[in-house]
Amino acid sequence: MIVGIAKEVGPGERRVAATPDSVTKLQSLGFDVVLEHHAGLAAGFADEAYAAVGARVGSQADAWAANVVIKVRPPAADEVDRLQAGQTLISYLYPAQNSALVERLQGRGVSAVAMDQVPRTTRAQKVDALSSTGNLSGYRAVIEAAHALQRPMGGQTTAAGKILPCKVLVIGAGVAGLAAIGAARALGAIVRAFDTRPVVKEQVASMGAQFLQVELEEDGSGQGGYAKEMSPAFIAAEMALFAEQAKDVDVIITTALIPGKRAPILITADMVRSMKRGSVVVDLAAEQQGNCELTSPGEAVVVDGVTIIGYTDMPSRLALQASTLYAQNVVHLLDEMGGAATFAIDEGNDIVRPMTVVKDGVRLPPTLSVPAAPASAGKPATAAASAPTKASSKSHGHGAPTGDTSWTVVAAMGVALFVIGLWAPQNFLTHLTVFVLACVIGYQVVWSVTPALHTPLMSVTNAISGIIVVGGMLQIGGGLDSAASVIGAIAIFLAALNISGGFLVTHRMLKMFRR
Amino acid sequence: MTTSLLTTSYMVAAVLFILSLKGLSHPETARRGNQFGAVGMLIAVLAVALHGGVLTSPILLGTLLLATIIGALVASRVAMTDMPQLVAILHSFVGAAAVLVGLSNHMAPAVELTGIDKTIHDVETYLGIFIGSLTFTGSIIAWGKLQGVIRSKPLLMPGRHLLNLGMLLACVWLGWAYLGQGHDGLPELLIMTAIAGLIGIHLVMAIGGADMPVVVSMLNSYSGWAASAAGFMLSNDLLIIVGALVGSSGAILSYIMCRAMNRSFVSVILGGFGADEGAPPAGGGVPIEGALVATTAAEVVAQLKDATSVIIIPGYGMAVAQAQHPVKEIVQLLRGQGKQVRFAIHPVAGRLPGHMNVLLAEANLPYDIVLEMDEINDDFPTTDVVLVIGANDIVNPSALDDPSSPIAGMPVLHAWNAATCIVFKRGKGAGYAGVENPLFFKPKTRMLYGDAKKSVDDILSLLRG
Repeated sequence: MIVGIAKEVGPGERRVAATPDSVTKLQSLGFDVVLEHHAGLAAGFADEAYAAVGARVGSQADAWAANVVIKVRPPAADEVDRLQAGQTLISYLYPAQNSALVERLQGRGVSAVAMDQVPRTTRAQKVDALSSTGNLSGYRAVIEAAHALQRPMGGQTTAAGKILPCKVLVIGAGVAGLAAIGAARALGAIVRAFDTRPVVKEQVASMGAQFLQVELEEDGSGQGGYAKEMSPAFIAAEMALFAEQAKDVDVIITTALIPGKRAPILITADMVRSMKRGSVVVDLAAEQQGNCELTSPGEAVVVDGVTIIGYTDMPSRLALQASTLYAQNVVHLLDEMGGAATFAIDEGNDIVRPMTVVKDGVRLPPTLSVPAAPASAGKPATAAASAPTKASSKSHGHGAPTGDTSWTVVAAMGVALFVIGLWAPQNFLTHLTVFVLACVIGYQVVWSVTPALHTPLMSVTNAISGIIVVGGMLQIGGGLDSAASVIGAIAIFLAALNISGGFLVTHRMLKMFRR
Repeated sequence: MTTSLLTTSYMVAAVLFILSLKGLSHPETARRGNQFGAVGMLIAVLAVALHGGVLTSPILLGTLLLATIIGALVASRVAMTDMPQLVAILHSFVGAAAVLVGLSNHMAPAVELTGIDKTIHDVETYLGIFIGSLTFTGSIIAWGKLQGVIRSKPLLMPGRHLLNLGMLLACVWLGWAYLGQGHDGLPELLIMTAIAGLIGIHLVMAIGGADMPVVVSMLNSYSGWAASAAGFMLSNDLLIIVGALVGSSGAILSYIMCRAMNRSFVSVILGGFGADEGAPPAGGGVPIEGALVATTAAEVVAQLKDATSVIIIPGYGMAVAQAQHPVKEIVQLLRGQGKQVRFAIHPVAGRLPGHMNVLLAEANLPYDIVLEMDEINDDFPTTDVVLVIGANDIVNPSALDDPSSPIAGMPVLHAWNAATCIVFKRGKGAGYAGVENPLFFKPKTRMLYGDAKKSVDDILSLLRG
């Protein structure tokens, strides 16, 4: 089993899909490695370094003839034509935008695995190249902004006067956004951040930025950790917020992407013109036409004294580190695919399956939640570049059953109620109504209990279930004259034990909880 | 007292019980919630006593007084580490009371019914006793396991699923016979009570110590359903409401616990964690690399002194060793030096939902530095030192990266992301799940062997000195 490392041909692309370090890991998975001449040079890895760990250095044709070809950028048309049936290609593909490329890959009869289609699960984080490069892009965005800015980021008081700290607005608190917040904070700037998903508020705060909110309540958390599109009212409120912030801040960094679609316009030309001269906008969504109306993808432009940076090669500007991380992601992926010995595209594997776009020339339907355009498509709102929202699995999220099972349950309940309604007496139904309503109330109330108080919850429910004492009391009306009444008295005793013990011990516990 | 007044009292009591549970949504309001519950109970008992004309009955007063005193004595003496046992035994009382109320009602029914009403009433009685009996014996076994009287390893009888099914069918058959007989059905009722008791014993015997949080919350739920069934039997709406509240509460807790272990409810109930798969799998698909590196209390103290942020992950081991008090003092010292110290609580740490929170509260630790897994898991990469005290499976990275591990998919605390991770451990053994923990072998992990209490005490004295 041979892995070929292809040299990137895209203009300005300096990254490489494997490093000498990752080559040794590939070898321990059982792969032989062939490197296209000078593939790693721009990222700082000479051919000799690969050769030293046992990789074979060959021509472009050699690398593209390998069983598995790994690279970073989506392949060019002439590169695809080098592939033969049976080969597997691993690279970024962006299948939703590049349908021509996907068709071409199908035509060659190959398998293609897209590094950009990683599922948003904890287990898949090890292959999540979007996160690892998003992190670097966020950092680099701040560095580029600092470079273009005509003043330092941090504040100081000097003999020559006061240097005010720079104000940075980060839109979209995904991986890139959070990294940008961290880098800007480290340089001493005042950082504000905006995101449509309230769950990231804590993450933003933990990075030391101020979380901006619009007055409107609306949760933008969409499927799979991405943000969804927001209502027109929300978008209006959000645009007003940006317009107001634009006048105040020195740097705006935007990271809003919607998977498979053009990036939403969040910073209009008017907003840019309202910014102070010398300010900087860094548009990390430039590759998807940008979040700023004036962005020119791939270059920096100056409009009315405001620099708008639309570089599309941020990770490539940190080629060494970006390559190292990407290479590691690729190693994990190949490990997940079975290594050299049992290499296969397993459609049952929850990581490999979603990433596989084409298998042996056959297009596999996408599994990643790429939201279809809603009928009432307003303007897409801010979304985070790429953020796995771990917080969405918060333990008090209502765990309602979903999918087909819930319908079966509903249907079964309907049938059961119909049967009961046919013959049950009115008296029983009254009690049943009370029972069902109490269950619903219990369900609602108990989900609001904080997990820290689960033990007191158990002991207090225990205490109140001592209400069964009532059952015993109904039996002892005539004194202890029958077996039934003696049994009733014992029941009273046990239940009362429960009541006093339960309430008291709960009280004892709760007394200890203090701030 | 008129029946209408009784009904309005029930209404007040029911509302107070709901408010009582609602109050538990926050520690600030929880104490008032508990008082609401107690007041509701008082109102209900008074109203029933007045209405039934037994308020001054010496039998009632005597039993109530005696039970209250005993309950109060136990409740004020019990150690917080023994809370799981207490909760379990209290569940058994509710179960027993439900059985007794059902039997007593069968012997001397409040109203004579006929036709379909009678059938429904009989079914309610039968069901109430069935659930009650199962709760009673199951809770006693759970108590025994938590107390250490019964060994906590799952007891797996051959063909146990068939056995359960057989006993269940027997109960159904007896129920059919009982319905046909009416008043003379006492033998059937008693035999069924015994069989249900056996089912309870058998179910809980098959469940291992680590699954106890699920079992206890499940029995909590059952005790509620038993009360509810009794309410149907007695046509008493208050009992129905309370039973439904308690039942759904326990069910939700069980669900939360199961999800925290990434296991289905059914698989926990049917028991035998780790034992179903035979011997503990030896590492599975991902071989463990690296070596165990031991450390000393002095080294830990040096690391703590250099740290600015510390996270402590407590587990059942901390409870067993009673180490929460010295831990609290360490936390106070470190916080006094301006360090950020927080606790990370896994949902199934300990033997009861929320067990760790109660222990830390007992040690007077402020609850706002005690965080849930979801709140703190992202903070490990920016943490200097993590102290894992008596926890194992809940910090096991193979849950995430080894699909062949028996705990694969269980959410865990990402302790390995911190700069240093110190594991307090009695000896070199696997956790309750019988799974090796690769965390211990990570290059950034240091092992501090010995009794947790002693290790913590050593660190405390070095920190002071």
